[in-house]
This record gives sequence, structure tokens and C-alpha cells, in this order.
Amino acid sequence: MNIIVCMKWIPDTSEADLTVSPGAKDIKKDDLDFDMNDWDRFAIEEAAQIKEKVGGKVTVVSVAPEESEDMLRECLARGADEAFQIWSDEMEGGDGYATASVLASFINGRPHDLILTGTLAEDDGAGQLGGMLAEMLGIPSATLASRIEVQDKKVAFVRELEGGLYEAMEMDLPCLIAVATGLNEPRFVSIRAVRKVASIEIPNLGTGELGVGADKIGHAGARIEIEKIELPPEGEGAEIVKGKPEEVAARLAEILKEKGAIA
Amino acid sequence: MNILEPADTPILGAPAPAIAFIILFLSISFFFYVMYRRINLLRKAAPDPRFSDIPTRVQRVLVYGFGQWRQPRYLGAGILHILLFAGFIILSLRSLTLIGRGFSPTFHIPFLTGSVGFAYDSIKDYTVLVVLIVCVIAMVRRAVFHPARYDHPGTIGHEHEAYVILGLVSALMITDMIHDGAALKASGLSGEYYRLPAATLASMFMPTNSMPTLNFLHVGGYWTHILFFLGLLNYLPVSKHFHVITAIPNVFFSNLNKGSIKPVKYGVADWMELEQCGVSDLTGFTWKHILDFYSCADCGRCSDNCPANTVGRALSPKMISVKARDYAYEHFPVFDRVAQPGRSERKLVGDIITEQEIWACTTCGACEAECPIFIEYIDKIVDMRRYLMDRGDIPLSLQKPLQQIKKKGNAYGAMKSKRSAWTKDIEEFQIRILEEGEHSDLLFFVDSCGSFDPRIQEITKSFARTMKRANVDFAILGPDENDSGNEVRRLGEEGLFEQVSSHNIDAFQARSFNEIVAFDPHAFNVIKNDYPEPFKVIHSSQFLARLLSNGDLSLNGGYLRDRTVTYHDPCYLGRHNGIYDEPRRVLKAIPGIRYQEMKRSFSRSFCCSGGGLLLWYENEEEKERMGERRVKMAMEVGAQVIVTACPFCLINIEDAIKTTGNEGKIEVIDLVELVDRSMS
Ligand code: SF4
Ligand code: SF4
Repeated sequence: MNIIVCMKWIPDTSEADLTVSPGAKDIKKDDLDFDMNDWDRFAIEEAAQIKEKVGGKVTVVSVAPEESEDMLRECLARGADEAFQIWSDEMEGGDGYATASVLASFINGRPHDLILTGTLAEDDGAGQLGGMLAEMLGIPSATLASRIEVQDKKVAFVRELEGGLYEAMEMDLPCLIAVATGLNEPRFVSIRAVRKVASIEIPNLGTGELGVGADKIGHAGARIEIEKIELPPEGEGAEIVKGKPEEVAARLAEILKEKGAIA
Repeated sequence: MNILEPADTPILGAPAPAIAFIILFLSISFFFYVMYRRINLLRKAAPDPRFSDIPTRVQRVLVYGFGQWRQPRYLGAGILHILLFAGFIILSLRSLTLIGRGFSPTFHIPFLTGSVGFAYDSIKDYTVLVVLIVCVIAMVRRAVFHPARYDHPGTIGHEHEAYVILGLVSALMITDMIHDGAALKASGLSGEYYRLPAATLASMFMPTNSMPTLNFLHVGGYWTHILFFLGLLNYLPVSKHFHVITAIPNVFFSNLNKGSIKPVKYGVADWMELEQCGVSDLTGFTWKHILDFYSCADCGRCSDNCPANTVGRALSPKMISVKARDYAYEHFPVFDRVAQPGRSERKLVGDIITEQEIWACTTCGACEAECPIFIEYIDKIVDMRRYLMDRGDIPLSLQKPLQQIKKKGNAYGAMKSKRSAWTKDIEEFQIRILEEGEHSDLLFFVDSCGSFDPRIQEITKSFARTMKRANVDFAILGPDENDSGNEVRRLGEEGLFEQVSSHNIDAFQARSFNEIVAFDPHAFNVIKNDYPEPFKVIHSSQFLARLLSNGDLSLNGGYLRDRTVTYHDPCYLGRHNGIYDEPRRVLKAIPGIRYQEMKRSFSRSFCCSGGGLLLWYENEEEKERMGERRVKMAMEVGAQVIVTACPFCLINIEDAIKTTGNEGKIEVIDLVELVDRSMS
């Protein structure tokens, strides 16, 4: 069982004061901390758990600059056998399509039964990569898997739909599954666990090693043109409801009714 | 006619000394064999250096061992125990004498002859009576009143143990009385009741003066006494009553490093290289911790005071000892050629001691402060957490904050650069950030909570203002400060503790200052007791008490306005560091203060559910929040203001005031804030 997990390295915007960078095509990222995309955390955890159950080999790969080594080490500590970092400066400014092209050429050259990734990334939330990558590899794919069970030559999984519905499906291997958050309980990775995998080398691959053309990566390879990024205009100001719990609850219900959220 | 002495009375034709020798030999051999097996397990356990500072250890043995100092914390049971213990000491001489009498009718312990012996006989006789009465009271107490702390939830076969031992001790007393009573009656002496009350009492039940009967009672009483005595001796190491033998050594070897956590493993240079980190099985514990398991007397005082147990979490510290001892006796039994660990499929850590129990502990230390024989729990729990942590099994609610500390040095997920952002709120003066190479008299360690939690920032600012007004030269580390790591270490993430603490140590060492001051007892504790480099650190309450005694602080009662005040002792200030007096001194310096102590105060303070990262911890089993309990306790004594000296106590109690609907009736405030608002 060869599992390849695609990871994304994203800026942590949760506690930061965001500003738009000059040119208004992106946010300013210099002061931001970067971290593993949370959705992908569930993907690598799932891969590690599948390996623990049925055996096999887990490979993680990320199209991200050098600083993402921390993230890849964390994946190794979770149970991945090898990790690859793909980056060259020309890859800057790529979109999901460009990233998918790079990943496809990485994956094409190696054995793969199951490709896992998060359904979305917390930064742009485009949710494109999984589908495009599967298409480029010519394998079937599914998104939002909330349970996965690998069987002989195929994989059974459950998709979480709107309104509390679940859809149970099967796919033949090889295939790609983009996972939902919450399909497992990711283990905690301690400092010691990372230290234990410190000696594993993480090869850095550039365009040369992968054989992808310059027209496929970065701006040139992107299919999305960002016109403008701006911060949302400041709103009207929130109403802070004060008083006893009963009064607050009553007022809240009133507001929700006024705005049509509840009947 | 003289009564027949046991040593002179052959049994079934065999000379008594020969019988005595055989019985003694067999039972003593068996006893030593069992002891050897029990000690053998200790030798398999992890190392633990417990021979440091012998004078302090001897002192502990005298005060807490022989002096039974902690017993009266439970007055009734404590007095009973002290009487039993004193009886045990006095009667041990009697037992030796009686054993000797199996060989020679005139055997005496060398110094117990003449008038001393005469006096001892009388003291012993009174003691026998007292011990018998105590045993009866103790049995009745258990049978009739069923104190809940004696229960053994979730295990079987322990309820009878106390009765067995109390029964055996009573039998010992009664047989001794019969032995002596018969001799007294045969001697024809009367009017001895004031000197030999027990023997007299026994003789009153002997209706006959016939010599054969009295001989039979005298000799028979003797042998049954000896058999019960040796039976008791051998019952001890297979039951909870092992403590009769191990308690004194356990006190001798008790932990002298209060407030600190043991290293992952003693005697290893780099714990990171260990095959396994933390404790997953019995022999992973240190020998002292297994001695703790042997020594626990099941008295339940620890659990009775454990806040986790009180609010219905899965944890009862006593049951950790009981279950581990059961496990030890099962897996390292007395009769088995080789010990067979792992014989049963259930694992000690995880199955028998569950993950819920292990995470439910707030490390408040109430159990350890209460245990009459200094049994430790925090280090064991941390060791088990280290193992779970190493496997990646930690409660979901704790993952994120720990990850944030790893990445950003604080659990709040705030950017490092914003660590000193709170200083902007102070307009009257500038707060200095101490750069490398600079000096200030005091280094104010704000910690993550004081830097990022909006409510706790208020204490931070109050403290800064107070120091400024007292003209103290102080500065902060600013962005170079990291989380103190107190809870990181106690949650078992040793690697992360090393990361944050070494970062702080580097920052300290690059600067010059006389003292570190912190208003968070957790930060204060970890810097004082856990950091591998020594730094002089004081708590804000000590700092304020010092200002007061220097005359640099004068307070007025304007803020309190005649309201009744009580003080909540924070665990990491009181129990872990013995600071009870300073905060009270500061409070009592407020003119006209109406002060009322809560029932649970000082070392019996009730934890408000824990600080640092435990603020994020979610427990599903508890029926009530600890803070809510605490608010009730304060209200019971009529308090309108709860003063505490820990930011986490403040947050927990403030929450609890809201959830119990007591807003407006009672207020909680940090000592630092109170001083800031009461300065004149
Ligand atoms: S430290 Fe506190 S919470 Fe933990 S077991 Fe002891 S009493 Fe209970
Ligand atoms: S640990 Fe101490 S306090 Fe708790 S039951 Fe055992 S002897 Fe009693």
C-alpha cells in the first residue's frame, strides 16, 4: 500500500492583523507565522493510521519553500516514511492548477495506490487541488471523506453531505481522496517525536528533478488571475447585549427573528 | 500452687521450646521470603535518589512517623490511630518478651527487669485495654457510619481487610489478657485492678479456681497469642496493612523537592534517547513510587481532599495506589517461580489506571499535603502523562494550546511580537523592556497569561502601577519572554518544557537583575523549582509584604467599604511553596478590614481547577466546576470579596460567580489589584 499525502504550508492568520501588500494582489505575509493546513493534518493522520492497520509506505510531499521543513518533520513524526519538499523560486505566485501540475509530475514517477489531501486549505479555501490532481493522474477522486477504510484493491469511504446526510461509497485503487476535518483524532506530536525523526533527510526537489516545464509553474502556470485583494469595509458596529442571562437570551432570540435567521 | 508456664508445658509430648522454635522459624522464614519478593520488585523498578539530606529525613521520621503529626488533621480517626500506634510501640516489647517465654519461663528483655519491669507490666496492661477499646470503636465506626473515604470503588475484595486486621489485633489483646488473667487468678492476688486492669478484667470472666483450667487458659492463651501474632506479621505484607512495616521507611524516603517535577528518568544523560519516555507499566515507576503503593493504608484522606474527586471527575488518588498495589501483587506474586509481568492482558497505564484519571488531575497537591505518610501522586501522574504524550494520546482540548506554545511561545496563539502590547494601555509612564546587557533591579516576568489574556492584563497593569508608585526599578523581557512552562511540564511534554525554559534562561542570563518577580504562582513555582539554573524569584505577595514592612506601602479601606473579605490560597503559592503568611499580612494591613477565613484554607485550600494550560482543558465527567464549589465555600462564611493571588484562580472563580448567579453578591479580585485600588 503506497500512500502519498499532499500537504500545504499556509500563513496562520488567526490572531494576526492582516494588511494587503502593495499591488493589492495578496496579503502581507512577512510577519506571519506559517503552519500546516489543518485539513491536511487529518490527511496525514489518516495515512499513518491506515499504515498502522494494513502496512505500507507513506510519502508526504509539499510544494512549499524551505521553512516548511517543520511541517514535513511533523509528518514524519506522525508516521510518514519519507518526505519531499518541492520548491524553486519560480514557483512563487502559482495557483491550485500550477501546484497540481507540479504534484502530478512528482507522483507520476512513483508507485501510488492512495493519494490523500485535505479538501480545502484554510488560506484561500479554493478546494481545487484534489480534483485537478486526480484528473492529471487519470485516477478517480472524491472529496469530504469523513471515514475511510482500505480494503483489498479498493477503498470504502463515507462522505459528509449537507444537512447531516452521509454518503457511503467505494472506489478502486489507485484513487485520490480529499478528506474532511474530523475524520480522525490527530495524535499530538511532541518535541521528542520530532527529534526522533531528525536524522531523516528531506530531499528538496526543484523543477529540474521533476521535469516540469517553466510554463507550468508559478505565474506562468497559473490559470487564475487575481485582480484585487482588499480588506472588508468596517461594518456598522456590533450590538452588545447586556443584562441578566434570561434577558440576553430573549433579546438574542428577538434579533435572530428580526433578521430572519429563525422563524 | 504455681501456674504452669508455657515453656515448661510440653505439647503432645514435644518440649515447648522445640515447638516455639519450629513455629518461629517457619513464620519468620516465610515473612522474610515475602519481604524478599516484595523488595525484589523494588529492585526491578526505576532508580530514584532518596538518600540526600539525611538530617531532614530523620527529622521527618521523628515528626511525621513517630510523632504522627499529620494524623490529627482528621481528629477522630487521627486520635484512634495515634493510640493504636502508641500501643503498637509499647506492646512490641511485650511481644518480644512473650516470644522469649516460649523458650524460658523467666525470659526478660534486659532492661525490663526490677522496678522498670514492674512498671512496664502495668503500662502494658493499660495499653492492652486501650488498644482493645480502640479496635472495637474502629470496627463499629466502619460498620455503622461507613465513612465514604474508606470505599474502594471499582475494585473487589478490599472491604474486609480492615476488619481482618482489627479482628486480629483484638484477638491478640484478648489472648494476652487471658494469658495474664489466668496467672493473676492463680496467684490469688486481689486488688490489682488499678495496676493490671486488663488481666483483672479477664480473670473476672474465669469462674473457676481450678488449677488445671487456669493452666489451660494460661498456656492456651499464650500459644494462641503467639499464633495470632505471627499470623498478623505474615498478613501485613500481603494486604493494605503493609503500611505497618513500610510507612516509616516511606516517610524517611519522602520527596524533599516540593514544587518540582522529577526528571523523566534519574541517571540518564539524555532522556530524549530513551527507548520509551514516561511510565507505561509497574516497573517503569521508581522504586520509591512502588514503595508508595505498598505503603498506602487506604485511609482515603487524599481522595477526600482531591478536588477532581470532589466534583466527580474519574480520579481518586487513593485508588491509583490501590489498583497499582493489586496489580503488583497479581503480577509479582509471592509464589511463582518467576514473576510474570503482562500475565493479564489489561495494561496498568491506560486500562487499569485510565487516561481519564490521568488527565483529570490539576496537580494541586492536596492529596500529598494530606497523606499522613507522604505518598506522592503528582510525579506519578506526570510520568504516566509523559508516556501518553509520547504516544500522542492527549485530550483534544489540550492539543491546540500546546501547539501554540511550541510555535509562538504562548498558548493564546498570539504573535510573539505582541507580547508587550499591553504596555501601550498605560499612559502615565513607560514600561521598560530590558534589552540584552542591561540592568534593572527587578525583572517582572509577566508570562503568557499576563501578556495576552485581557482580564489578566488588568493584574499586569495594576502590578506595574504599584511598582512604579513604590519607585521600584523594574523592567520586562517583552517579546523575548516565553511561556514559563509550568503546565507544559506537568502535562508531560518535557521536550517543550526544555524548549521554553531554556529560551527563558538564555534571556535571563543575557540580562542583569537582582530578582525576578511574578504575580502568577505557576510561573513563580516553575522558575523557582523546575528551572535547571538557579534564579532568585519572588511572588508579588512577597514583594508587597516587603514594601509594607519597609513602610513603602500604605493602604486604605476605601475600596473594600466594610465588605467581608476572605482569602483563597492558590495551590502553587500555598501548598507547593509554603507561602501562606505574606498575602494575609498584606490584607491585614488594610485598615478596618473585616477578614474571615474559609473552612478550607492554608494547606487544605480547595483548588479552583488549575492554571496555565488547564484553562483550556475540558472535562466531561465533572458534575460541578471546582470554582463553583469554591464560591459556595466563600459564601458560607459570609464573604463578599474573595481575594486571591493567582490569575487563574481569579478567572476560574470569576466564571464561577457568574455561573452560580452570584454576580453582585460576591466579587473576586487579585491581591495585586486590591493593593492598587487601596493605595493611599
Ligand atoms: S494533585 Fe490534586 S487533583 Fe491531583 S490527585 Fe492530588 S488532590 Fe487530586
Ligand atoms: S495515599 Fe495516603 S492519604 Fe491516600 S489513602 Fe493512601 S495512605 Fe491514605
